[in-house]
Amino acid sequence: MGDPAVQNDAAVEAKVVDEGIDRGVEALTPERIESVINQVFEKETGARLQAYVETCVHCGLCSEACHFYLSNDKDPKFSPVGKVKQTIWEMVKRKGRVDADFIRNAVEVAHTQCNLCKRCAMYCPFGIDIAYLMLVVRRICHKLGVTPLYIQDTVNSHSVTMNQMWVKEDEWIDTLQWQEEEGRDEIPDLRIPVEKEGADIMYSVIAPEPKFQAGLIYQAAVLMNVAGMNWTMPATPGWDNSDMAMYTGDNEIMARVKRSHFETARRLRVNKIVMGECGHAFRSIYDMGNRQLGWKMPPIPVQHAIDFYDELLREGKIRIARKFEKSVTLHDPCNIVRGRGLHEKSRSVVRAMCDNFIEMHPNREHNYCCAAGGGVINCGPPYKQKRMAGNRVKAEQLAATKAEVLIAPCHNCHSGLEDIIHHYKLDMEVKFILDILYECMEKPE
Amino acid sequence: MHTIYQFVSGPLAWIAFILFAGGCIYRVAALLHTVYQKERFIFSYMSWRHSLNSIFHWIIPFASVNSRKHPVMTVVTFVFHISLILVPIFLLSHIVLWDEAWNITWPALPDGLADVMTVLVILSCVFFLARRIVLPEVKYVTSASDYVILAIVAAPFITGFYAYHQWPGYSFVMILHILAGEIMLIAIPFSRLRHMLFSVFTRAYMGSEFGGVRHARDW
Amino acid sequence: MSTMTDWDFDPGEKVISMKEWKERYEWVEDPQVSPDGENVAAVVNLGNGEFTVCNNGEAWESPCEKIWCLRFSPDGRLTAIVCQEMEWTMSVDGTFWDSRFDFLWNTRFSDDGAHIAAAWQNDLTYGMTLDDVSWETGYSNMSGMCLSPEGGKTAAVVQTIGLNEGEIFKFAEGAYTAALNGKTWPRNFMNVWDIAFSSNSEHIAAEVRLDRTTYTIAVDGETWKQRYDCVWTPKFHPSEHKVVAPVRVAGAWTLAENGVLIWKNRYLQLWQTLYSPCGKHIAAIVSPAYGKWTMAKDDQPWNNRFGEMVSDPVFSPNGDRLAVSVKDNGKWTLAVNDQVWGQWFNRVWGPVFSPDGRYVASRVESDGKFTCAVNGKAWEKTYDFCLDPVFSPDGDRLLVRAFKDGAYYRIVIPTTQIAG
Repeated sequence: MGDPAVQNDAAVEAKVVDEGIDRGVEALTPERIESVINQVFEKETGARLQAYVETCVHCGLCSEACHFYLSNDKDPKFSPVGKVKQTIWEMVKRKGRVDADFIRNAVEVAHTQCNLCKRCAMYCPFGIDIAYLMLVVRRICHKLGVTPLYIQDTVNSHSVTMNQMWVKEDEWIDTLQWQEEEGRDEIPDLRIPVEKEGADIMYSVIAPEPKFQAGLIYQAAVLMNVAGMNWTMPATPGWDNSDMAMYTGDNEIMARVKRSHFETARRLRVNKIVMGECGHAFRSIYDMGNRQLGWKMPPIPVQHAIDFYDELLREGKIRIARKFEKSVTLHDPCNIVRGRGLHEKSRSVVRAMCDNFIEMHPNREHNYCCAAGGGVINCGPPYKQKRMAGNRVKAEQLAATKAEVLIAPCHNCHSGLEDIIHHYKLDMEVKFILDILYECMEKPE
Repeated sequence: MHTIYQFVSGPLAWIAFILFAGGCIYRVAALLHTVYQKERFIFSYMSWRHSLNSIFHWIIPFASVNSRKHPVMTVVTFVFHISLILVPIFLLSHIVLWDEAWNITWPALPDGLADVMTVLVILSCVFFLARRIVLPEVKYVTSASDYVILAIVAAPFITGFYAYHQWPGYSFVMILHILAGEIMLIAIPFSRLRHMLFSVFTRAYMGSEFGGVRHARDW
Repeated sequence: MSTMTDWDFDPGEKVISMKEWKERYEWVEDPQVSPDGENVAAVVNLGNGEFTVCNNGEAWESPCEKIWCLRFSPDGRLTAIVCQEMEWTMSVDGTFWDSRFDFLWNTRFSDDGAHIAAAWQNDLTYGMTLDDVSWETGYSNMSGMCLSPEGGKTAAVVQTIGLNEGEIFKFAEGAYTAALNGKTWPRNFMNVWDIAFSSNSEHIAAEVRLDRTTYTIAVDGETWKQRYDCVWTPKFHPSEHKVVAPVRVAGAWTLAENGVLIWKNRYLQLWQTLYSPCGKHIAAIVSPAYGKWTMAKDDQPWNNRFGEMVSDPVFSPNGDRLAVSVKDNGKWTLAVNDQVWGQWFNRVWGPVFSPDGRYVASRVESDGKFTCAVNGKAWEKTYDFCLDPVFSPDGDRLLVRAFKDGAYYRIVIPTTQIAG
């Protein structure tokens, strides 16, 4: 049995107040629910949904894949198939004739109890993609106008500014100029080349970087300058690679935001897009956003930071001056490990920088999710306690390593794991790979 | 009794086989047609190599992480499915029927082994039933239909076992056995037993997405 | 002000070495080249946190704290956005505008280069300025800034109602609209994107979102009656008052004119519509099948399909030919009227037609070496970097603007030297 604190958390969770859901549910009518569900089933889904619903033999073998299930004392409501039962199955069985309370529960299940991490797809003997099913639920809820408030606000930001954090156009450019100035204190001829058409690389980030973590842009600029890259950053919208619309089922806004990103790279005619340490953004530009627009693969190659660092280190463009001394462990973010198989590359980068690397278990494709991704952390404070209670296994997994530093090469994982560490009072510091790489790399005197 | 036997083993058997074969073809064709109509993009990601890689990792016992996590379930599942498929096809008394009707024949399982495998199927069904009742995560997602399906699968084996051993009233049970077998055949394309048909496709798709696009294992 | 007929199209080479600049200044930023190729300029660092612009070796007089967005206008004037004493303004050939701003960005030129516009922020309000004359009203946010083709009017998407964090229901009621010369449309929308000007600059059209899932086109603030799953950028007919836009209906894209579907085919994707100069033809980038891209002219898709990208479509001046850059299997080339160039390159920029439409040229890159290609043949001379080639008015000469080994080269060659 879990510790009492966790159970208390769960009790508090029963009364989540989320205006986005509450007001959205108030406006629902049975007719509207039925028509939207059936519209999505008939027009927007097909063989996958049908095969997944009809193939599932209700064996429950996916349960142990899910950190929410494991952390909530194996409460079957939190098992992947348990979430499908509470949502899609009923919608299919009742041909969309479900009531507003059902939708209220469904939106919470799909939005805040599933990180779309796809670990369960690796545990289902049939390879049923439950993350996809949860996305269908989110799509239905989006069309019904019932989406958690915080993440909807983020999607609104995407729709207006093409970035996640309401960063205005001047603020973005100003941030780049500011970071360039800051960088010159350290490397006097450091440049952040803005709008350099024909550069080799467009470096793209997510909006929290200019908003709260401008130092990451600084570090990336140092890395690019030291490695001698021919790179640029755009001065127009399209610089942001993040995408919460992907996670609310607002596929039209997802498409618009991704189009803006790829069109920007096309306009600058770069050879490739290199992106910072973010997982969901990678999923959006490598997997989901491009597909929504009709691109089988990204029209301009995208390279995740881990792959890029690995390449720079292997080619000797970046050299390690001194090894990082603290003991480190490494978190495998779902979207770039189950989503792109970068787990060996991240290990090779970490081993190049750190002498004392401790694996957490399970790891690689089987690593436990951070419980923040999939738009869950973006649903905001109302769900934080549930998120903490829902990832006790991660805390246990981290604690077992006894490492001093946790490397989390993904923004959502990073924030989510910081919350976990704080909540479970673990003595651990969370870092991006770039934090350590910047600290340990050879820089001009 | 004889006419009932004639009926269930004659016209009804025809109907069952036709519904089974036709139903299976229809289901698979309809699935692929729907993909073609509505999610054609799926075809562009399908890869034989990654599909087969994924399928093999899941049809070989203990080749996937999850199958290692549940060793009992894995053993039971494999024994169950192998017996479930082999016994009806390679049972001597079934082959005799094919021989009599169509003059075709093939090697048979030793009767003793077939008997053991039948018992294993029945025990497996008991195990699955117990899982549904005992394990909370299974119980939570179990509906009445799951019990019905389990009964449909167990029935031919229980009745067959009974009839084979010629216990009292076995000739009546034999009719039930034939009926049960026919129900199961028909149920395959028209119930969740169609995972027999679809699981290859869902597995292949996930294998192709993981292997070809995501460059990650899905087992 | 120079017009193209005055440009020097006599075959020959002019070289401006920038090596000496690098000695003179702390550093030299990415150079810009004038349309006629006679000038090369760069932002240069004077040291002590001071910057200026060096144009053909001559520096602008007043140094600045910051300089960015150095651009030549189509008429050859050199502009930059500059900062002095924490205030931003536009410098045109070294002369500053009178206005000062908290921030200035997004320089826009009219087609002839006579007019210059930019976006500004003052005290956290936003607006546009045209030739140093600013909108009277500032808005709390602004995006999608544009300048009409002849340069008389500016437009942008603006926010007219304040939104606090998390006010998603207020957002849904509509806080955004379009502003023409700073004056907003009479109504707001949930979103407004991608304003298009009519060729006479009298009208604007834009994509609008009415609620989470309903999109349409608005012309001068009036929406089309029809509603769609999604829409992309509208385009005005070059001479008549009608608007076309890609619209998504029942999960597939097609083209609508004033709200009425005018193309019969349905596509997986359809965007970047363009009229031929006379307005007789409409073309668009389309995806006829998943992961396959091509051009469609008057709803007839080309036979060639490309796996990765189709980009920068352009009609020849007489409207008979349609050229586009295409990407397939990681390589780029050009396709003209459904004929694909034989040679593929690492990168190819947008096509450039000669005025008579005989030739199509483009800047190309392979193995890090840049050059120009005409009608499918790449010039054997390569450079470290190139700009788009420019044809002489009769199309017989080609102006190549390129960089090599720290020097800028202005080269004029007979077009046939590349095209054969």
